[in-house]
Amino acid sequence: MEHMISLFVRSIFVDNMIFAFFLGMCSYLAVSKTVKTSLGLGVAVTFVLLITVPVDYALQMYVLGPNALVEGVDLTFLAFILFIAVIAGIVQLVEMVVERFSPSLYAALGIFLPLIAVNCAIMGASLFMQQRVQMDPETSSQAIGSFGDAIAYALGSGIGWLLAIVGLAAIREKMAYTDVPKPLQGLGITFITVGLMAMAFMCFSGLNI
Amino acid sequence: MGKLFSKENCEVFSNPLNLNNPIAVQVLGICSALAVTSQLEPAIVMGLSVTVITAFSNVIISLIRKSIPNRIRIIVQLVVVAALVTIVSQILKAFAYDVSVQLSVYVGLIITNCILMGRLEAFAMMNGPWESFLDGIGNGLGYALILVIVGFVRELLGFGTLLGFQIVPDFCYENGYMNNGMMTMPAMSLIIVGCVIWAHRSINKEEK
Repeated sequence: MEHMISLFVRSIFVDNMIFAFFLGMCSYLAVSKTVKTSLGLGVAVTFVLLITVPVDYALQMYVLGPNALVEGVDLTFLAFILFIAVIAGIVQLVEMVVERFSPSLYAALGIFLPLIAVNCAIMGASLFMQQRVQMDPETSSQAIGSFGDAIAYALGSGIGWLLAIVGLAAIREKMAYTDVPKPLQGLGITFITVGLMAMAFMCFSGLNI
Repeated sequence: MGKLFSKENCEVFSNPLNLNNPIAVQVLGICSALAVTSQLEPAIVMGLSVTVITAFSNVIISLIRKSIPNRIRIIVQLVVVAALVTIVSQILKAFAYDVSVQLSVYVGLIITNCILMGRLEAFAMMNGPWESFLDGIGNGLGYALILVIVGFVRELLGFGTLLGFQIVPDFCYENGYMNNGMMTMPAMSLIIVGCVIWAHRSINKEEK
């Protein structure tokens, strides 16, 4: 239990998807113009993460890992194809569920809902999970040793991403009224803002839980 | 041969290098561009891998574009890309193990690199294999160019080396020059890319 809480908090602040690994940058920069839509996208990403990472964890443990499916066979090299297929399938499913139960959210997210499939944060979290499975839970605070750990890691990464995109959207809403040099407007200044936010998040890196 | 290197085809190849650069103008494929550039060597390897994968996935999709049902095209594209990435990742593991450890998950993340999906959707689905090949090489090299610029600045200022060889001479250190440790932090790559975009836009505006 302690390990799960530590994983959860660390993946929000220390191993933040955006500020430490730059994952999911494309939609992060494209959708962060208003707080409202960015909140919707953040929730959708968290939700997809919460389903895909545990599913991929089960795949890694029972199909892909060394000696998992057949004794003496290591199928790890198939991970890319299997993970991306799981992600694409689940995004399709989420899209259908959202369309059925909340048409207004479906209309607000528009094209970005299917694009979650190629959001690097989802694939990245699955691949990091695959790396962390091989660590020893006794010695490393980053290791993922059980199904619960995988859920805690997925939820933490999702909330970290949500926090980052809502924060940037709030700054950009305010920045609309500032006088930025012409060539730097739009993308350039956004990059520099994210850089400064990442520096602020760096102060969490010494955190020991 | 004349037709293969006609003016239009040359433009397909050279536009993404500067005027239509995938990172600075189209804003595609930022994630990996930022994460692998703390030194020059992984930046070059990553740029080359993306170039190869973009070129070949463009050719494959362009060859089969007429037989892909429109509704499942995203899945077909993802599978083609994932297969190519798996091959490149195995080759890297076999011949350049140190670099592949340094790149860690970012090789796998080429699958979700927006440059690939963007070029497949916007170009390869509508054009022949040869044009698609040039477009893939052009976009991959445009991406590699930005990666190399950022990697160059960060390694030179952060470690005082290039490709692992010491560039800043010893007497500079003796007289109080210090490496800028800030440059090795992830946050600085964002700011450098921001500055590259700034420079790129102000130069291209003058040309217009």
